[in-house]
Amino acid sequence: MTDRFTAPDYYWIDELLTEEQKLVRNSVREWVKKEISPIIEQAAQKAEFPKHLIKGLAHIGAFGPYLPQQYGGGGLDQVSYGLIMQELERGDSGIRSTASVQSSLVMYPIYTYGSEGQRKKYLPKLATGEWMGCFGLTEPDFGSNPSGMLSNFKDKGDHVILNGSKMWISNAPFADVAVVWAKDEKGEINGLILERGMKGFTTPETHGKWSLRASATGELVFDNVKVPKENIFPNVKGLKGPLGCLNSARYGISWGAVGAAMDCYDSALRYSKERIQFGKPIGAFQLTQKKLAEMITEITKAQLLCWRLGVLKNENRATPAQISLAKRNNVNMALEIAREARQIHGGMGITGEYPIMRHMMNLESVITYEGTHDIHLLITGMDVTGISAFE
Amino acid sequence: MKILVCISHVPDTTTKINFTPDNKSLITQGVQFIINPYDEIALTRALELTEKSGGSVTVINVGEATTEPTLRKALAIGAADAVRINAQPREAFFVATQIAEYIKKTPYDLILCGRESIDFNSGTVPSMVAEMLGIPSVAISKTIQVENGKAVIEREIEGGKEVIECALPLIAGCSESVAEPRIPNMRGIMSARTKPLVVVEPVQTETFTKVAGYDKPAPRSSVKLVDAAEPGKLLELLHTEKKVI
Ligand SMILES: Cc1cc2nc3c(=O)[nH]c(=O)nc-3n(C[C@H](O)[C@H](O)[C@H](O)COP(=O)(O)OP(=O)(O)OC[C@H]3O[C@@H](n4cnc5c(N)ncnc54)[C@H](O)[C@@H]3O)c2cc1C
Repeated sequence: MTDRFTAPDYYWIDELLTEEQKLVRNSVREWVKKEISPIIEQAAQKAEFPKHLIKGLAHIGAFGPYLPQQYGGGGLDQVSYGLIMQELERGDSGIRSTASVQSSLVMYPIYTYGSEGQRKKYLPKLATGEWMGCFGLTEPDFGSNPSGMLSNFKDKGDHVILNGSKMWISNAPFADVAVVWAKDEKGEINGLILERGMKGFTTPETHGKWSLRASATGELVFDNVKVPKENIFPNVKGLKGPLGCLNSARYGISWGAVGAAMDCYDSALRYSKERIQFGKPIGAFQLTQKKLAEMITEITKAQLLCWRLGVLKNENRATPAQISLAKRNNVNMALEIAREARQIHGGMGITGEYPIMRHMMNLESVITYEGTHDIHLLITGMDVTGISAFE
Repeated sequence: MKILVCISHVPDTTTKINFTPDNKSLITQGVQFIINPYDEIALTRALELTEKSGGSVTVINVGEATTEPTLRKALAIGAADAVRINAQPREAFFVATQIAEYIKKTPYDLILCGRESIDFNSGTVPSMVAEMLGIPSVAISKTIQVENGKAVIEREIEGGKEVIECALPLIAGCSESVAEPRIPNMRGIMSARTKPLVVVEPVQTETFTKVAGYDKPAPRSSVKLVDAAEPGKLLELLHTEKKVI
């Protein structure tokens, strides 16, 4: 089916964007129509990551758009990064996830915490998609509480020996490089760069997902993996390492969710004008209008939230709590819009003829990963009261 | 080879068209402007030709400062530099004069345009420019090759195709099949930041046409289905309701 998407812009938010930001956004939008829309439904139905998109994602600038050009990044600003995520997720959350992981969870930590040697070795190849990366933080017994992680390594002179495992890792099955968080002998969290092929390092795929089916998810298993010491990040220790990466990825997800919501709204709006029941388009009924009116209201609010957060991020002022608020609000907003849009599409809404059910199922992961909906609420709660309610 | 590509700045095809109360101009609030799609094809072909056998691509637009984002996009797609003739593009003759005067001062081997612009669709600028410069022009090209200093162009004609061989310089209008347009990538967008965009003042010229007013086509009326078994009913409707027979 041809992609007839037209983006809503109820408050003329385009006027808040620079010409360059709009050019970036429009280019990715065009690319998504041309490359993602025609194949994504089938990829999701077959539960296959469309690997052939990697080159195009790199070319369009989805890998490391805000990192400096000398390392292969795009040198773009944070609003442009957000807009790229919005457009990719308009296509599919799974494809956006691949780009988020590569940019914010792999390239960002190597750039921010890595040595000059690590930057030069990995970043240019990750930017072109020649190497793909994954990020291992979550473990089978430690999800919302990553500081309890069991993965650990022991000092053996010029190298360390890593043991443990990670679960729910996006891109793991095909990643060439993994940024892994594990504890040293003092119990402090460190970041290590693993490469496919290291002895004792395997990445079994997780099958049977009903969500993010066009994204590959797997485990990382470390069985006495010998990791050279030069693969450890020299510039960070403790949970703030992985949390710094998550901040950047969550920021992108806030924008991404708006993309998924826009696609659901756009499809529902069109369907409501075309589908006739009781002799009228269903969009003529008040109950349908209520759904559509609320959708565009929520999308507009979320767009403004993203834009403001982007401006703050460009000024290096966005706080982690502000990012949590946007991630939580926008993903929940998108999920609710997907559910309402599904209703507007009636029975057609459950088929692959329309993108709705795929977005809805995808968003069930997005609302859980990178901090669950409730964990982000606790972050906001802690930020406003000064009291932690986590433990 | 030096190639000049003429770029016009037009409302996106999905735009909802509305006019000012005097019906003399388009309301541009909320309208997204794009590179005329046929010009994008011309630009892509120009880039392909210079990538194959060397040279450079310049883009030119007659327009006010609001068209610069369109030129930046052309630079992001790959043009080396851009020229903007600083004037409102009032009508085809005016635009053609500005482009021709520019080319007189800065000659090019090949000038590519879209077959028409999707706003006014008159498709007259390329042949006017050719006439003003006294060079050959080919309207509505299907394919464009350049070999040994001459162009080989295919055109669609009634019941077949025509192959034209023509010396340079030459001006050609491009249709869909000339090239597959390119989407700008991040690197292109970044390099467009620093590519030259020169603003040139227009020459004085006459204007031969003026807009009397715009009207939107009447809304499409609903479809009436007539049963195939009742052709008489169709005739009756055409006669009494539509009054066409
Ligand atoms: C498709 C997919 C891809 C993923 N990709 C990655 C990846 O690339 N890298 C990576 O490291 N991880 C990844 N994850 C893991 C993801 O980040 C975790 O699933 C998430 O952090 C939640 O952890 P959990 O699943 O163990 O749930 P749990 O932490 O067990 O949470 C279960 C429920 O308990 C609630 N809860 C937990 N603690 C509290 C509390 N203190 N107060 C109130 N409620 C609480 C949660 O909100 C949730 O509702 C991915 C997950 C999915 C589904």
